[in-house]
Amino acid sequence: MSIEADAGAASGSRDVAVAGAPHSRPYLWSLKRELWENRSVWMAPLAAAGFVLFGFAISLMRSPHTLKAISKMTPEKLAGIRFAPFGISAGGLILSTIVVGIFYCLGTLYNERRDRSILFWKSMPVSDLTTLLAKITIPLVVLPVIAFFVICATQLLMFGLDLAVLASRGGAFAQLWSTVPLLHIWALLLYLLAALALWHAPIYAYLLALSASVRKGPLLWAVLPPIALAIFEKLAFDTNYVSRVLHERFFGSFEAAFSGGFGHKPMFRFPDPDPARFFATPGLWIGLVLAVALFAFAVWMRRRREPM
Amino acid sequence: MASIEAKGLRKVFGKTVALDGIDLAVERGRILGLIGPNGAGKSTALNAILGLIPYEGELKVLGRNPWAARNELMQDVCFIADVAVLPRWMRVSQALDYVAGVHPRFDRAKAEALLAKTSIRRSSKVRELSKGMVTQLHLAIVMAIDAWLLVLDEPTLGLDILYRKQFYDSLLNDYFDHTRTIVVTTHQVEEVQNILTDLMFIDQGRIVLSCSMEAFEERYTELTVNPDKLAAARALKPMYERQGFGRTVLLFDRADRPALGALGEVRTPSIADLFVAVIGNDSQKGKLAA
Repeated sequence: MSIEADAGAASGSRDVAVAGAPHSRPYLWSLKRELWENRSVWMAPLAAAGFVLFGFAISLMRSPHTLKAISKMTPEKLAGIRFAPFGISAGGLILSTIVVGIFYCLGTLYNERRDRSILFWKSMPVSDLTTLLAKITIPLVVLPVIAFFVICATQLLMFGLDLAVLASRGGAFAQLWSTVPLLHIWALLLYLLAALALWHAPIYAYLLALSASVRKGPLLWAVLPPIALAIFEKLAFDTNYVSRVLHERFFGSFEAAFSGGFGHKPMFRFPDPDPARFFATPGLWIGLVLAVALFAFAVWMRRRREPM
Repeated sequence: MASIEAKGLRKVFGKTVALDGIDLAVERGRILGLIGPNGAGKSTALNAILGLIPYEGELKVLGRNPWAARNELMQDVCFIADVAVLPRWMRVSQALDYVAGVHPRFDRAKAEALLAKTSIRRSSKVRELSKGMVTQLHLAIVMAIDAWLLVLDEPTLGLDILYRKQFYDSLLNDYFDHTRTIVVTTHQVEEVQNILTDLMFIDQGRIVLSCSMEAFEERYTELTVNPDKLAAARALKPMYERQGFGRTVLLFDRADRPALGALGEVRTPSIADLFVAVIGNDSQKGKLAA
């Protein structure tokens, strides 16, 4: 949306139509430059993937020892154990991208004021809105997309290693596929990542707003006030609303987006995506409204704040 | 047509009055030097002109309100605010790619040609360049943008004399074409004296002096006299005097040049000397009054 808006603004300007000059694309290039600057956006998930694969390889080397124990298990329990590394690796990689997203949002607008580079960015015909849209695209779109592809690649490699070990003991592809149906897992993953991004949007917007406004210690500002508020509430009224709201905001997306879950009882099964329920959850919409308000505040602050 | 027009431009930070209602008009094709002591309000004035801060009063830059229409204005206005604001992580090639990507009036070939005259390599990161080279890079980028107004806030601060000289030579020879407007603030007044067309002194948020360089040369005269002629020279009411090598240097505003010539050596003062005479006197008066 912002791409067209900016292109329109550019062509509206007086004698911009320099013959043959390519249309300027402020949003696209702002996004690109975020990726140039913040290489951790793709390097951290890749490093995490390497770590996960290394751990998985070690577990496979140890597997002959555990084989005896496994052979006594019911097929359901075995399926759970087979799937576990795939679930853990996906969880770990998603977590790594969320951590990157949090620190990115917290630092980006603070750092450009501290190193005064904001004066360079502001000397370019790129609006604060376009800049902020590019910045929030990182945690809401870029990181989930990177998480998706890195997890797919990691799980594919894990599947291959698993299959190689299994084949050496006379196992078969179908046997593994029935417990680790990759395509089904990836479909669930895509839905989970989208749900997480929407659910966490107010957190990222809050961090951007902080990053745009505080003069010192954005990390402290992000962490201490919510904790102080929760403690104050507990002491003053002996209630837990604040901590419950925070907990819900961080961890509530899974429950809102899926029905059923990873129970080992009575047997292992995948959760069912439930978008109807997810989109009917008031918490999602309250969060999104809050996210838009905080985002608008961040844009407003960036317009006004000067370098430190 | 005026590039910059201000009426009663005012800016207050808390209890500090940074700009105390200044009026200003800068025509196209002028090079204005904005000179003032630290904290005089120069940067505040430039920030208002660039739409970086809200302000009170009337201000039009290239016919637009800079605060309301900042995004459009930035297509026609360039600025180097302070040295070394280029992001340190950026590669030279990335800087060129980025500006080419976002700026519709950027001529990449021209920037490349300007960079070819320097020893800056395309693959270097900004943090690997010396301060002088970073300024060269920034200037190359800015000069390749076909803008109407260029604002330079202390562009040569901390650079050695060679880079400083080169900076202004390059600006005059490869950029300025009498249709653009340049506004520059600097403490190295002597280096800009020959390139300015207009001069403005600003102190404590007010404009204390504003004139074209032609008027400056006509109005102000510096006279160096030997002690024996000093009394006669003082009778002509100099605005300022200082000692130098046993002789006295007196500064006159609108004096009769031939009459002065009879007393000693006459020449046009440097901006720096006039600055000391105007602002130095002012702040001393302030101190005495307080």
